[in-house]
Amino acid sequence: MSFEPQTEPVGAAGASATLGRRRVLRGLGGIAGFIVTIALTFLGLLAITFFIGRVIPIDPVLSVVGDRATAAVYEAARVAMGLDQPLPVQFANYVADVLSGDLGRSVSTGRPVIQDLSRFFPATLEMATIGILIGVALGVPMGVTAASRQGSWTDQVIRVVGLLGYSVPAFWLGLVGLAVFYARLRWVGGPGRLDIFYDGLVPPVTGLILVDSLIAGDIDIFWNAVTHLVLPASVLGFFSLAYIARMTRSFMLDQLSQEYVTTARVKGVPERLVIWRHAFNPIRVPLITVIGLSYAGLLEGSVMIETVFSWPGIGNYLTTALLNADMNAVLGATLVIGAVFIFINKISDVLYRVLDPRAR
Amino acid sequence: MARLLDIENLTVSFPTPRGRAEVVKGISFTLGRERLGIVGESGSGKSMTGRSILKLIRPPGRVTADRMTFDGIDLTTQSERDMRDIRGARISMVMQDPKFSLNPVMTVGEQIAEALVTHKKLPRREIDERVIAMLEAVRIDDPARVAGLYPHEVSGGMGQRVMIAMMLIPEPDLLIADEPTSALDVSVQAQVLDIIDDLVRDKGMGLILISHDLNLVSRYCDRILVMNAGTIVEECAAGQLENATHPYTRGLLAAMPTIDEAREELPVLDRTLWAGT
Repeated sequence: MSFEPQTEPVGAAGASATLGRRRVLRGLGGIAGFIVTIALTFLGLLAITFFIGRVIPIDPVLSVVGDRATAAVYEAARVAMGLDQPLPVQFANYVADVLSGDLGRSVSTGRPVIQDLSRFFPATLEMATIGILIGVALGVPMGVTAASRQGSWTDQVIRVVGLLGYSVPAFWLGLVGLAVFYARLRWVGGPGRLDIFYDGLVPPVTGLILVDSLIAGDIDIFWNAVTHLVLPASVLGFFSLAYIARMTRSFMLDQLSQEYVTTARVKGVPERLVIWRHAFNPIRVPLITVIGLSYAGLLEGSVMIETVFSWPGIGNYLTTALLNADMNAVLGATLVIGAVFIFINKISDVLYRVLDPRAR
Repeated sequence: MARLLDIENLTVSFPTPRGRAEVVKGISFTLGRERLGIVGESGSGKSMTGRSILKLIRPPGRVTADRMTFDGIDLTTQSERDMRDIRGARISMVMQDPKFSLNPVMTVGEQIAEALVTHKKLPRREIDERVIAMLEAVRIDDPARVAGLYPHEVSGGMGQRVMIAMMLIPEPDLLIADEPTSALDVSVQAQVLDIIDDLVRDKGMGLILISHDLNLVSRYCDRILVMNAGTIVEECAAGQLENATHPYTRGLLAAMPTIDEAREELPVLDRTLWAGT
């Protein structure tokens, strides 16, 4: 419809140029403010990971030199690692290192942490993204349908599916999925991101095999990656679906009792539009919060799923690092996960403003 | 006078743990192209009466009537699909509070246009023109600008005029106004009611004005129904209100203060006078 919101009164031609410039300035100011808030939040995140690194009862020097090193060797390593400096200096060094992309070396893999993360995180990113897409594509319509037919058997079925998503253990669903769809039916690929003979054939560009194989123009590898991805992503998707459908249903029930939904019915608006235009549109904002948090949760990596599917993701990496007291790896992974939360929150904020006129 | 609405033995009930509770208990009334006021206290069933005419009582609520005809159409047998053609286009309803009854994420213009395009396929240009004209008809200055505003950007009185514009743009034959001014400041109440009154007279529509305000209803209506506890206790011409006989109506009238009030304390309704309801 053509009644677009007018942010500025219609003025004379001369005035409108000034207004245009002012709007550009305001836009730039908005972007600058946006970057500053992100930078500050990120600095806070760095402070927290730094603090975690200092309070956990793991001696980073000891994990490098081993517990049979002499006092002289120990002391030399401590100075070399900069741990003899005062804490503020250490923190400044840490921030400078992180900003230059140096997260230290992982004790257990022997590689720079940043290099490990660039291998493990894309694996999780790929699985979580497909998972959340499945969760949203099915969960939102299910929640809307359940709410608009509250009490019907459709509603009951959707609620039971939602309940299963809450109560079924992830590893069990993953194992049963593998037993049925991989071992018996042979519909999907097994554990891992690719069949073993495809491994390492596409040059890593983004680390996302689906994308890299397309860049390399290798459709076989693409489809192979899809068959490996579909099961773990569906299991993840099922859990986010359960949560998303449940939240959508309760948001929708609240909306359907709103007066403006009755207004739409009074106008004679068809029920499909009453539901999607009048009841669903206003809940997009809270839904984005739910979906964003759900997605961020998946990006943390699900250790259970990654273990069952031998998926080289960040959840596995972080767990292994923790068990080996591999401090640099733990801090690096924590930083990445924190950054993911910041990023997703910021995207949600932007979407709020697009979708809700009251938030502008 | 040709009958627009003919209602006989209308009952609205809702299930409770102790059986169905009747909130409207078999009321009958007719309406021509006139202005009918329904007054009563909260819970008297006046709003439910209005909503049941549009068949907007949703399950588990249940509506029954021996007869409910509108302009020769038997409303009791209309399907949900048939009702959608009647709602808005033939019978419309102004709701109570524009803060809650306007969609917060659609512009005012979009919402008014929607009421029109739901029933008539018109070219874009003509829709826009009619929306602007309708906003002018409800006395909104600078209608082109207001059409682009969101409900949270307009005042209560303006929101209610937008509501009226939205409900009258498809030119219905009957308008139900359910407490149209209860949420508004006293200063804009008369303004909003005058607009409704003018437009209803202009177009020769029927009006049902639902309110708890006796003064207001007697000023803007031709005929008045007084409801209490789901029944009609009194029916009279607006000018004859002071001659009302039912003890409930008398009690209400007695409780109304006048400008040169001499009483220390206003009387309280004595509900034993019409025991049984």
